[in-house]
Amino acid sequence: MLHGLIPEASSFAGNIDWLIFLVLVLVGFWFIVAEGVFFWLIFRFRSRPGHKGQYLTGHEKHVERWIKIPHALVLICDVIIIIGAVHVWYIVKMHLPPADYTVRVTGQQWDWVFQQPGADGKLDTKDDIYTTDSLHVEVNKTYHFLLESRDVIHDFSVPVFRLKQDAVPGRTITGWFRPTETGTFDIQCAKLCGIGHGVMVGSMVVETPAQHAAWVAKNTPTSAQ
Amino acid sequence: MAQASAATVHAHEHGSHEHKELHGVLKYLWSTDHKVIAMQYLFTGMFMAMVGGFLAYVFRMQLAFPGKSVPLFGYVSPGRYNALITAHGSIMIFWVAMPVLIAAFGNFLIPLMIGADDMVFPRLNRLSYQVFLLSVIVILSSLFVKGGGFGGAWTAYPPLSANAKYNLTPLGSSMWLMAVALEFVAFLLGGINFITTLMNARAPGMKAYDIPMLPWMVVLASIMFMLSVGPLIAGAIMLFFDQNLGTGFYDPARGGDPILWQHLFWFFGHPEVYVVLLPAVGIVLEVIATFARKKLFGYKTLLYTAAATAVLSFFVWAHHQFIAGIDPRMANIFTVTTLIISIPIAEMCFVIIATLYGGNIRLSTPMLWALAFMGEFLIGGVTGIFLGASGADIYLHETYFVLAHFHYTFFPIAIIGTFAGFTYWFPKMFGKMLNDTLGKIHFWGTIIPFNFIFIPLFILGLEGQQRRIYDFQNFPELQHLQPIRILATISLVVMLLFQFVFFFNVIRTWIKGPKAPKNPWHSNTLEWTVESPPPHGNWPPDQMPKVYRGPYEYNHPDREDDYWPQNIPPEREPTPSPAR
Repeated sequence: MLHGLIPEASSFAGNIDWLIFLVLVLVGFWFIVAEGVFFWLIFRFRSRPGHKGQYLTGHEKHVERWIKIPHALVLICDVIIIIGAVHVWYIVKMHLPPADYTVRVTGQQWDWVFQQPGADGKLDTKDDIYTTDSLHVEVNKTYHFLLESRDVIHDFSVPVFRLKQDAVPGRTITGWFRPTETGTFDIQCAKLCGIGHGVMVGSMVVETPAQHAAWVAKNTPTSAQ
Repeated sequence: MAQASAATVHAHEHGSHEHKELHGVLKYLWSTDHKVIAMQYLFTGMFMAMVGGFLAYVFRMQLAFPGKSVPLFGYVSPGRYNALITAHGSIMIFWVAMPVLIAAFGNFLIPLMIGADDMVFPRLNRLSYQVFLLSVIVILSSLFVKGGGFGGAWTAYPPLSANAKYNLTPLGSSMWLMAVALEFVAFLLGGINFITTLMNARAPGMKAYDIPMLPWMVVLASIMFMLSVGPLIAGAIMLFFDQNLGTGFYDPARGGDPILWQHLFWFFGHPEVYVVLLPAVGIVLEVIATFARKKLFGYKTLLYTAAATAVLSFFVWAHHQFIAGIDPRMANIFTVTTLIISIPIAEMCFVIIATLYGGNIRLSTPMLWALAFMGEFLIGGVTGIFLGASGADIYLHETYFVLAHFHYTFFPIAIIGTFAGFTYWFPKMFGKMLNDTLGKIHFWGTIIPFNFIFIPLFILGLEGQQRRIYDFQNFPELQHLQPIRILATISLVVMLLFQFVFFFNVIRTWIKGPKAPKNPWHSNTLEWTVESPPPHGNWPPDQMPKVYRGPYEYNHPDREDDYWPQNIPPEREPTPSPAR
């Protein structure tokens, strides 16, 4: 449903969109039924000359079921949604597939700073590539990110990946993503972080393996070799 | 026996309640009359609603026409934008929803609906308003101090809120915090009063299940507020120390933890949603029962679902923090509790809808507002499920979807609920009948634009637009959505303009409206047995009401009239119905 509005560009974007669709179907059903009954009752029992209201306490057995049956059905829908939500949550946030690359993402007022492996493919070595506001990644590779903040709380959000995670000062939060489409996409800061919050924008550049290899070769600091 | 003891307490209360009615300026400074205090809360809250509405107009204009000077305001810088949204959120919740729904309606109606001559602690009540007024002065002046108003959002997450180095508003952020703390003190004082009054000052014969829904709901809300606000007050003191004394409660560099504040804030913040919801539901129930001429469908079911909601609301707070860096396993627990709370809320909605069945529904202005509450609140309710489901919240968190969702809950609560109550009790409060046609023009002029503001915002949220950004032109993926933002802004301006119809109606009625009878809507509850407006002391001391039945005996099979006021003895013939 959502891919009509915004592309799905990571391996788990489809899972999240599926869950949103599931919730939409279930709550949409209840919404339409409730509003339908609501407007029908307003029309059906509108005040007319000679019309008199009924006396019902709502505790009679034969009318109490109007509440009890929907009550049980809502509970079943809730259980279905909980199972779906926990399932998707597990995939995105609790489970960590093995990494092809690890990058460090640091938020600060009001920039994103990225540290990623140079030609040796390892993080925290001398040939690491540092960039500000744009992260170059290779399509169909699993990335781990180590998310940190230097000052206030920021939020690393990549809408096309359906990825969002707060960056909290004093902590390193590990997460993952696997881009599935090439292109240049927005990185947002999604947590109010001061007057520059509105300009804290970055770009996620997803490249083909050849493009990415060329970019890494070009940007690996030569002095480190 | 219960009746006898209630009567004794009541008699005792009445005996001790000998303060005189004050006149002139003194009346508005020192009166301990619950009705005067209620009106002060009501007008202060309405004034603050105008302030909050104006702030919304300014930042919506900036979003629709970024960088252009906003008429009546000027240019909106990023710092000002943050201050505007922070003040809008804080004011609408703490200085509009709470004073109007709880303090104004609670103060005016609890004594009248339970047959008491005043609150049990009238002086505490007076103090409550004075502290509240002080908080109003502090929050409004915080917008004009050096450095500008606080711009860290109404949730005030540290370290941004804790350190002037980050937020650049050294005075504004401390004043914001002080204002919120003062407001909490005011509502603690008020809440103690509501709870004690309902327990001790009921009319003889009014048993627990004869209490109308509104007093129940205000009291449940007050209990929730008192139980949830403690941790936040502790948190606010720590934040104040971090701001001004250089402590490090929320500073990780000195062993603190910024996420601690989020727990303390949302432990209060989520119950707070239901603190304002319940009184609005109470208002809506009174109006729907009266205008549908129906007994509530399951009085006890309603009361128990409200109580269940109140209890459950203490166990859902971390759904605001799914992606805040908490242990991911915790999210599963809070997904379960959050979805479970949908059950009592859904049941409450079903009961309200079922009450219409078999009714004789008169669509006067108050009823239109009450029905609109139900119709619109359903949208707020169902969209909450998307956010409570942790997996979906990863994407939707902190987007305009969240914003649209909670405006679909708060707008029905604070605006629609208030208008339902205001138009319904206006004859009792001011002794005049509002014009129904103007009321309906105002109703449609508010409800239709309201949907045109916030349905577009759901779409923006689904497209990935995040909140609290002063100019979306910096985000390439969000630039093409500008027409939707303009639509929302224009709708807001239209809605705000229609509020002048309301003010015109009120002022016109005040000057030359027809006089209201005691019971214009043929309602059952006790507030309709006093004069309109009620005099000091409410009932003459020798005619204090006695209660013989529940509050919603409409269309009783044993009666010719379609209503049966609570105070009419069973054997006596009913008094002739007042003329309309």
